[in-house]
Amino acid sequence: MLSAFLIQTLNGLASASSLFLVAAGLSLIFGVTRIVNFAHGSFYMLGVYVAYSVATHVGGALGFWGGVLAAGLAVAVVALVAEVLILRRIYDAPELLQLIATFALVLVIKDAALAIWGAEDLLGPRAPGFRGAVEIFGRAVPSYDLLLIVLGGLVLLALTALLRRTRFGLLLRAATEDREMTDALGVNQRLLFTAVFALGGFLAGLGGALQLPREPASLGMDLAIIADVFVVVVVGGLGSLPGAYLAAVLISLVKAWCIGAGEVTLLGVEFEFSKLTLVAEFIVMAVVLVWRPHGLFGAPPAHARQHVVSMPLVRVPSGAGLALCAVLAMVTLALPWFAGDYALVLGVDMLLFALFAASLGLVIGPGGMGSFGHAAYFGLGAYGAALAARAGAGLALACTSGVALAALAALVFGWFSVRLAGTYMAMLTLAFAQITWSVVFQWDAVTGGSNGITGVWPPAWLADRAAFYGFTCAVVLAALAFTAWLTYTPLGYRARAVRDSVVKARAIGIAPRAVQWAVFIIAGALAGVAGALYAFSKGSIAPDVLAIPRSVDALVILLLGGVNTLAGPVLGAVVFTWLQDTLARTTEYWRAALGATILLLVLGFPRGLMGSAALLLARLKQARPARTREARP
Amino acid sequence: MLDVRHLNVRHGPAQLLFDVSFSANAGEVLVLVGRNGAGKSTTLKALIGLLPDVSGELRFDGRSIAGLTPHEIARRGLGYVPEERRVFTGLTVAENLEVGRIPSRAQVSDAPHWSVARVCELFPRLGEMLDRPGGQMSGGEQQMLTIARTLLGNPKAILLDEPSEGLAPIVVERIAESVRALKREGLCVVLSEQNLTFARAIADRAVVIERGIVRFAGDFAVLEADAVWRDRYLAA
Repeated sequence: MLSAFLIQTLNGLASASSLFLVAAGLSLIFGVTRIVNFAHGSFYMLGVYVAYSVATHVGGALGFWGGVLAAGLAVAVVALVAEVLILRRIYDAPELLQLIATFALVLVIKDAALAIWGAEDLLGPRAPGFRGAVEIFGRAVPSYDLLLIVLGGLVLLALTALLRRTRFGLLLRAATEDREMTDALGVNQRLLFTAVFALGGFLAGLGGALQLPREPASLGMDLAIIADVFVVVVVGGLGSLPGAYLAAVLISLVKAWCIGAGEVTLLGVEFEFSKLTLVAEFIVMAVVLVWRPHGLFGAPPAHARQHVVSMPLVRVPSGAGLALCAVLAMVTLALPWFAGDYALVLGVDMLLFALFAASLGLVIGPGGMGSFGHAAYFGLGAYGAALAARAGAGLALACTSGVALAALAALVFGWFSVRLAGTYMAMLTLAFAQITWSVVFQWDAVTGGSNGITGVWPPAWLADRAAFYGFTCAVVLAALAFTAWLTYTPLGYRARAVRDSVVKARAIGIAPRAVQWAVFIIAGALAGVAGALYAFSKGSIAPDVLAIPRSVDALVILLLGGVNTLAGPVLGAVVFTWLQDTLARTTEYWRAALGATILLLVLGFPRGLMGSAALLLARLKQARPARTREARP
Repeated sequence: MLDVRHLNVRHGPAQLLFDVSFSANAGEVLVLVGRNGAGKSTTLKALIGLLPDVSGELRFDGRSIAGLTPHEIARRGLGYVPEERRVFTGLTVAENLEVGRIPSRAQVSDAPHWSVARVCELFPRLGEMLDRPGGQMSGGEQQMLTIARTLLGNPKAILLDEPSEGLAPIVVERIAESVRALKREGLCVVLSEQNLTFARAIADRAVVIERGIVRFAGDFAVLEADAVWRDRYLAA
């Protein structure tokens, strides 16, 4: 028993090494550039593939160890190119845009890997010189695991020395604290940023390459690891290397112990611990964040020198605007009379995505919070409805169950999330969403696992496509109107007050967390409405309804349409759904095409389409002496 | 040394500075005077390149610095000491000083040359605490550190944003002494100030800014001698 525990411990420590390397890179990059690099998991994945290619083509010890080094260097070059071509142009853009841009990179890299290495999983060779096992307490421990444990520690020491003993490391630490001041002291930020990206890429590539003997290279590795890395970074404290190391060890150990424990009977109840790894990860994270909101080694941001982004106000539409809205609503409702079946299916998708994005808009706009994991609520709405429908519930009861489930999740996840601010919060929401996804994916008995749930059909009176479309229209339009109305309720005012200045809001008697929590729950419930209807519109659902890409879809829709506008999510959803549908039908590499399109949009319109249009309009208005109209609520 | 003409700064829909013009020479202390929010800090930030929406002619050491990034301007030899000090709290005093060192300026022949030893002569207190984290220093010590940090970049001119803010009178006197020492070194010093005693102790010339507009530019003595001006802008 004890020896088995020890073996699992060693196994966990070995897994921690790669995780630490990737997390360290992400943490360093974020510290200096304030960019959460979604593509860091893709860098890791590229590392595995490059190491595989070199190891199999060159072969032998040179192939393997040369491949490890080559993977680090190759990925460093990829990261450098990505920084120079794309990220450099968006350092001053809103966080949302930066996030979407790095996710577009994920899409492009994934399809590039698909084109180069194919869709099959690739099993790499074992490490030359470390193929055997060492006997410890009568059990065989792979010697490669021991090597990984040592390497992880060595990298931690090397990075610490780099940060403590070199001028480059000193400048990195200074820029992490106050990059504007560092700039004013004559330090070239561009060079520093490019260098830190290359360094981060090198670490991710190295981490991936070292994982090759333990895990086959596959296309799903990128998002799988990024969620773990986010957890590690949040638990360890952003910007802290020892924190990242400790958190990586902690998370990996908990996972390894859970797997090792297998089935255990406690108090007469049988627990299958091996399937509870994610729940365990969640509990560790929750405990740490309640105990230390900034992570184990993280400090509260000392100089919160955030650029105050002037948020546009949601305006009460003028008479003409209202009339336009009404006309658009009529056209939307009248679609069944002049559109075919396919258009109606797309129309339902557009409406539901519009509501999904609008609910996220509530979190980001008036709420002023960040969420990378909004699909959790959409997906739980869908699963809740589907499960209830399978149990025999009618449409109304099924939808209510879905919405309740989504709201409940938002209640729990939101309680933790609103304790963190900005990027930390966004990363935490993503981790929650990924954990939800994994639970749904693995819980075969209830959720049907990867097959999902089929046979979720609407009742007879909605069986007709046009009828279902009309029903969806009515619900979505009402929900959209509700979001707009909410902005002008006392809750909406409080939320905006908290967004604009937490301190001032607190001083006039507003409880910031309570307000943010309420907004988060409402937004979760609204996403649940969209999800529940989505389940009925498709007839079946699979775990991808709550996967990371779905969360990003909502962000892209907001990017296209703009936050804080009533029509924004609708416009964005229409463009996005159409774009995705068209691309998916024209090319096998639609992900890359979508990613490239997003990158072009981000680089071309760094304020979002609506934002850019508004700016243009404002310039035109400024050109002629127009009377200025203040939006007075 | 520093020549500012028709400096306009906008922030979103608001204009913060209107056609601000002044110049400052080597070995001279110029004080920007004005109330809170008048535009003193904005002027200094615009000069070092920290503000995005700036127009006008900015010349330093005979060359235009308009549109350059802060680090490019700093490498030309214009030092900046911000308001609120902005010491790197997680870095030690020695490390803070090292961040301020600009290797490329060590070769510039006509620049004054500063080393850690020399700034410790100027501020002996710093020499006693080289290994202390910046976050564990008093306000006065932090102010000395930020000035010393900027000096290590061997600037020809230095911008000081409210250096006396929040400091005890004895420390303010200390800072004033060091500013006079810098002036003797031939540095051009431009500083924003609301503390009249401090300004009087060091200023050669003054520029009065009110709501983003220059109201007076000339000798500090002239400003002080005029009862109307004095009451309006220098009243404590």
